[in-house]
Amino acid sequence: MATTAKSRMLTGSKAMVEAIDQEMERDPRVFVMGEDVGKYGGIFGSTTGLFEKYGPTRILDTPISETAFIGAAIGAAMEGMRPIVELMFVDFFGVCMDQIYNQMAKIHYMSGGHVKVPLVLMTAVGGGYNDAAQHSQTLYATFAHLPGMKVVAPTFPDDLKGMMIAAIREDNPVILMFHKGLQGLGWMDQLDASIGEVPQEPYTVPLGRSRIVREGNDVTIVGIQMMTVHAMKAAEQLKEAGIDAEVIDLRSLVPLDRETILRSVAKTHRLLVVDEDYQSYGMSAEIAATVAEAGLYDLEAPIRRLAIPDVPIPYSDPLENFVLPNAEKIAEAAKALVNM
Amino acid sequence: MATAEIVKEIPVEKARWMYETMVKIRYYEECMVQAYAEGKTPIFNIGAGTVPGEMHLAAGQEPAAVGMMAHLTENDTVTAPHRPHHHAIAKGVNLKRMTAEIFGRQSGLGKGKGGHMHLFDPKVKFACSGIIASGLPPAAGAALAAKMQGKNWVAVAFVGEGGANAGAFHETLNLAALWKLPLIVVVEDNHYGISVPKEASTAVPFNDIRGVAYGMPGFRVKDNDPLEMYRVSAKAVARARQGEGPSLIEIETYRYLGHFQGDPEVYRPKDEEAQLRKKDPIPRMRNWLLEQGLASEEEIAGMEARAHQEVDEAYAYARESAYPQPEEALADLFEPA
Repeated sequence: MATTAKSRMLTGSKAMVEAIDQEMERDPRVFVMGEDVGKYGGIFGSTTGLFEKYGPTRILDTPISETAFIGAAIGAAMEGMRPIVELMFVDFFGVCMDQIYNQMAKIHYMSGGHVKVPLVLMTAVGGGYNDAAQHSQTLYATFAHLPGMKVVAPTFPDDLKGMMIAAIREDNPVILMFHKGLQGLGWMDQLDASIGEVPQEPYTVPLGRSRIVREGNDVTIVGIQMMTVHAMKAAEQLKEAGIDAEVIDLRSLVPLDRETILRSVAKTHRLLVVDEDYQSYGMSAEIAATVAEAGLYDLEAPIRRLAIPDVPIPYSDPLENFVLPNAEKIAEAAKALVNM
Repeated sequence: MATAEIVKEIPVEKARWMYETMVKIRYYEECMVQAYAEGKTPIFNIGAGTVPGEMHLAAGQEPAAVGMMAHLTENDTVTAPHRPHHHAIAKGVNLKRMTAEIFGRQSGLGKGKGGHMHLFDPKVKFACSGIIASGLPPAAGAALAAKMQGKNWVAVAFVGEGGANAGAFHETLNLAALWKLPLIVVVEDNHYGISVPKEASTAVPFNDIRGVAYGMPGFRVKDNDPLEMYRVSAKAVARARQGEGPSLIEIETYRYLGHFQGDPEVYRPKDEEAQLRKKDPIPRMRNWLLEQGLASEEEIAGMEARAHQEVDEAYAYARESAYPQPEEALADLFEPA
């Protein structure tokens, strides 16, 4: 990203829309389809203003038929188009996973690399606003577990723009998850992290590289999206306690930037992984296994994990707050790790 | 390809092509019965032999494929289900590389990664999938792409009558009708979804009437008739090319063999196959060509010999081809940057 570029403060959703807009201007093969992406502009603002600019031939409102329209995006991509298709909430994956996994993710491989499927499936993830078990999940690991698709989850507005552009230009299927709480929507908690400086001109952020958002020497905290934001807040609390935390924002689950994590652990000798997804068989286990396999002798304490304790996400405030990791829980876990 | 006229009569070269292609398909499937049995006797083990894995053969279902494909070009897309050989052959998929794929060889369409239910030949825009009805949405997407690109290309999705009860079928018909996509869905009613007969799975006697629910015409072809399939397909393809939207076709067809090779077929009468074979469409078409004076005995013999030779060459190519190196299993997951 050119540092001389003209930048403005944008919300996550405006950064994403700008990315789609600039790519649609550049490439006539790019189009968007999904539920309520037209006049409404996307339930989470992912297409605001695009219908007015490009009209119904390139911004397609669909029926509530995720199997049909995600499958149609796959077919269009195989014919040389560059579709962006929105699955409104990631939680809705159950009604269309056959198209996503048995078709989209496997066709390139099953065809011996002869058929390309260049599409972006964008989808809203995350809880913390009392939307309960069927509208609050991230399901990071559910998608990352299955080979054949890139799975990225940018946290900050500048990465949302750069990774969306990279995803659109990518010749492989990409699941781009955006976090509802980080889009800067007027009807959610207002978080500083949901607004950031974003260069005006198009640029790409490579898929598959994490970002060290805070350097430190005492403990490595790995997070993604809202957990990165909480980890940064926790790092400020830890600083007051004399603990210097390094925070890694993964940005991408597939490919996973294992090297940055291993390098960081070699420096800090302690690892805490924070995940807004179910704990068992998930991202936190994958990262723990990576360090156990390739960085065990760098560790001076056991690896710690903070994640949703293997229950569906409950509705009521005290219950949801109990299961979601937050800055206080992260700081507490990091302190325990350092003082071990 | 003519876009305007509904073809009333079958041009002689199309009729001959249909016959020769049906012979080719039938002989291909008969050869596959033999190849598949190699290494599986006296004890049947699905993972053993020259051609391991499941094998769903289409002997008897040739009319559905040739009657439709006679109207298509390389620019038109076809998606097929788990029983795809007749569609692939009629669409002009590279027969040598298709056979090599089924034999698991490196020279196969998917370098041995796909197998018989996952054949992809982008040169003729053919794909198939082992999940029931899952080829319909991508076919609608191909039709959408053609429309967006201003081409008069069409997409055809084949599905069995069992698949006509899947959600993907109904979602796709609605979407295609809503957007007036150049899509044709062909339901091949071979009467059985694996073992369950149509009357035990489907609330209506015929699937073509389901077109009404989506505001599209439905056509029915009786008695596995390749000529009627040709006529009906002409109408549906012309509609699609003219931008008038999708059509639904159901053809009553015959599955001579089991759902898969090794199927004990306890669910159907012992003599059913023999009864169906009495109405076999290949000799019917052969007699029709002779009666109409569209081909002589000598010409027909030449067509049959040519079809057999092409199939024999494809099997020989597959057998001579090498297996992939084991570590090639790790390649082709992603398109390189």
